[in-house]
Amino acid sequence: MNASQTAQANQTNAGPPKLEVLAITKLFPGVVANKDIDLALHEGEILALLGENGAGKSTLMNIIYGLYQPTEGQIQVDGRTVEMHSPRDAIDLGIGMVHQHFQLVPVMSVVDNIMLGSESIDRGLLDRESVSAQIQELAERYNMPVDPNTIIEDLPVGVQQRVEILKALYRNAEILILDEPTSVLTPQEIEGLFAVMELLRSQGKSIIFITHKLKEVLRIADRIAVLRRGEMVGEADPATASQADLANLMVGRNVTLEVEKEPATAGELLLQLQDIEAYTDLGEHALRGVSLDVHAGEIVGVAGVQGNGQTELVEVVTGLRPAAAGSVHIDGVDMTNASPRRITEEGAICHVPEDRHMYGMVDAYSVADNLVLSSYYKRPFSSGLTMNEQAIAQHAEELVAQFDVRTPSVRTAGASLSGGNQQKMVVAREFGRPIRLLVAAQPTRGIDVGSIEFIHSQIVAKRDEGVAVLLVSYELDEIMALSDRIAVMFHGRISAILPRSQATREKIGLLMAGVSAQDESPAD
Amino acid sequence: MATATSTTGIRRILRPLLIPSLALLSALLAGAVVMVLSGDDPMAAYSGLFQGAFGDGKGWARTIRKTIPFVLTGLSVALAFKVSLFNIGASGQFVMGSVFAVAVGINFEGLPVFIHLPLALIAGIVGGMLWGAIPGILKVYTGAHEVIVTIMLNYVASLFGGWTVYAGGTQGQTPGPLWDRTAGAISETPDVLHSAQIPWLFGPPYRVHAGVFLALAAAILVWWLIYKTPLGFEMRTVGHNMRAARYAGIRVNYTIILTMALAGGLAGLAGGIETLGLNHKFAPEFGGAVGFDGITVALLGQTHPIGVLLAAFMFGALDGGAATMQFQSGVPADIIQIIQALVLAFVAAPLIIRMIFRLRQQTADDAGSAVSTSWGGT
Repeated sequence: MNASQTAQANQTNAGPPKLEVLAITKLFPGVVANKDIDLALHEGEILALLGENGAGKSTLMNIIYGLYQPTEGQIQVDGRTVEMHSPRDAIDLGIGMVHQHFQLVPVMSVVDNIMLGSESIDRGLLDRESVSAQIQELAERYNMPVDPNTIIEDLPVGVQQRVEILKALYRNAEILILDEPTSVLTPQEIEGLFAVMELLRSQGKSIIFITHKLKEVLRIADRIAVLRRGEMVGEADPATASQADLANLMVGRNVTLEVEKEPATAGELLLQLQDIEAYTDLGEHALRGVSLDVHAGEIVGVAGVQGNGQTELVEVVTGLRPAAAGSVHIDGVDMTNASPRRITEEGAICHVPEDRHMYGMVDAYSVADNLVLSSYYKRPFSSGLTMNEQAIAQHAEELVAQFDVRTPSVRTAGASLSGGNQQKMVVAREFGRPIRLLVAAQPTRGIDVGSIEFIHSQIVAKRDEGVAVLLVSYELDEIMALSDRIAVMFHGRISAILPRSQATREKIGLLMAGVSAQDESPAD
Repeated sequence: MATATSTTGIRRILRPLLIPSLALLSALLAGAVVMVLSGDDPMAAYSGLFQGAFGDGKGWARTIRKTIPFVLTGLSVALAFKVSLFNIGASGQFVMGSVFAVAVGINFEGLPVFIHLPLALIAGIVGGMLWGAIPGILKVYTGAHEVIVTIMLNYVASLFGGWTVYAGGTQGQTPGPLWDRTAGAISETPDVLHSAQIPWLFGPPYRVHAGVFLALAAAILVWWLIYKTPLGFEMRTVGHNMRAARYAGIRVNYTIILTMALAGGLAGLAGGIETLGLNHKFAPEFGGAVGFDGITVALLGQTHPIGVLLAAFMFGALDGGAATMQFQSGVPADIIQIIQALVLAFVAAPLIIRMIFRLRQQTADDAGSAVSTSWGGT
């Protein structure tokens, strides 16, 4: 009996579904975010919700979690129609949500975070002891060991996520919404999470698992629902569906998941990092002697779990963070601690930043202004004293067409584009000028499959033109798909550099988790 | 879409005016309540206020005269705001501008007007720029917050200004360097030489000086600088997103210092114009209250140079009509300061205005707005 038959059986035998969404429509000004969506979640089921960015997954989840009110349609919990005006109502109905960005107070302890908002009071004082006991009990029952008295910021990301799940369970959640829960985890941590999810399922909890990683969906889900442009386009059975089927369903057309590329023909040495040391803004030792070479015409992928120095590495290369020691040479020229503008100009370097909202764009600026963010001072955009708005607009029209940035006009504020189009805007700006070195950090973070495909092909095209590419990504699949050589970062060091042919997911996964490379493979 | 273009165009112009206008209206209403509570007649007071501000040529002259410094200090604060800097120091910069301008204006006898006057005005600008640059430099190199530093420097400027004109003490303390020896025990400078005085457009009794053109020119120049030049692009980028600015290769530190210096220069010019155009001397009481009002003017003007012009004119009218209001209705002119303070409170807390007038909040559910910023998507 496959999973969908199980679901079928549940539906007929066990009364009404745990949660049912009936004909939900949600209108935003000028946009139909959700259109006539029906969705049922049964007891003891893991339902995967797949969809591109902007497909309406988050809107739907926010409606279920009480953050938005639907324009039309209704929600039923245990067969009763419910109305929710805030997350508080949802929590009372047994719905819990683990957000992609954890809602934890870093400086407070586990127990304080879990009781925050529903504090247990004993004679006017916080009753930490009984809450701790309850947490221990929950932790044992669901096999999620955690010390209630640890401060959140001292915990690894995987454990913080555990705390989020415990927080929902402490509030008696029967329905758990997990929003992109695997995006911050190592492959090994992901397995741990899946074990927890399976345990929760076996104890009768119902889970909605939001993701864009097709492999994971097939691995864990009982049923898969796919959203596209606000509409439910179909359900798939993980037992029979392939990744390509799911991708096509999501995008509505055939998608090439594999990046097609010829073997690299590495040329001269373009980027040379030697023994780089650097510190974070808080003074933590982020880079501990990093050395790395990138040659023209090759893609060097930097793999690793977020927060192991990748951000600082990119910042040092692009001049945004001073190197405390070591040297950066671009095409033989010493660019150690040079200004970002000198590195951009003399190094002919372009940088797709890790966080587009933080670095890559100015939300309030129009698409046209965002597209000249790093060249606004040059002719023809500026003639010394004044900016040439006409030239800026024309430049924008050209790039928008060339890179397929979907925007009502080039005067539209960058903030009102969808994530994928914002990223394409950043890529258009950075790729749309002559470059020799491309530094791409998380170039496809949080964007839809169609845009990922496009950006990947652009990166490979740059490589084939002889550009040296330094690619940083927390998505192992992306690293594996694009890289010619793979460097793994752990705790501020490059623990191994492997040619793509020798790199397996398992080997990289262990290196990412800090297992020594010594007996795995000799470093490149 | 095409048919809606003209109405949305008008709405785009009117929308920013809505909250400031309602804030002003609310402040006037609240002022009326205060008057009723203290047994005064608000109708008589406001009619006197209007008479005083616009009733005759002298009223208009008064209003325009009072508007000039508000324009410049308002621009000073607004310019800094564009770079996300809060310049509380327009008051001190105004005083420094006055002192520098007067120091040039009372010296250099025999210079022709077309040299002496610009020199004195530039001295005022330089004084303000110095006083503005200091908090900028301290912010960049030590992380000291510009709000704290500018507030402190206001005191320093005020005391420094007082010292320069100190009349000396009965025990033979040294008088200040700019003190007028003929003034006896009064602490003030001598009159500015004629060659350094800003000429009258209309002489007494109307008394409007040519500084009004400088204020207008400054507003246009600041608008041009912010919205039309590469430097303005850099300033706005730093103001919106400092990280993106660094990423784009903009020298953030330099931009911050330059902006603070320019903001100081505008407030300094205000001081210079008041000194060379109206007071014709400096005394401690010609202090920088108008610098603090610049904050309100900038906020009321939505930190846009054109908005600042309008807001400054409103403040000029309130100040210009205050004396006539007191004379005609017996309501003390101090009520005007209460109203001006209430304007700041209402502008700074637009939520209150939205509540009072039941304005729709601009939310994702607001079907009227063209493009929502954040819907869906993870």
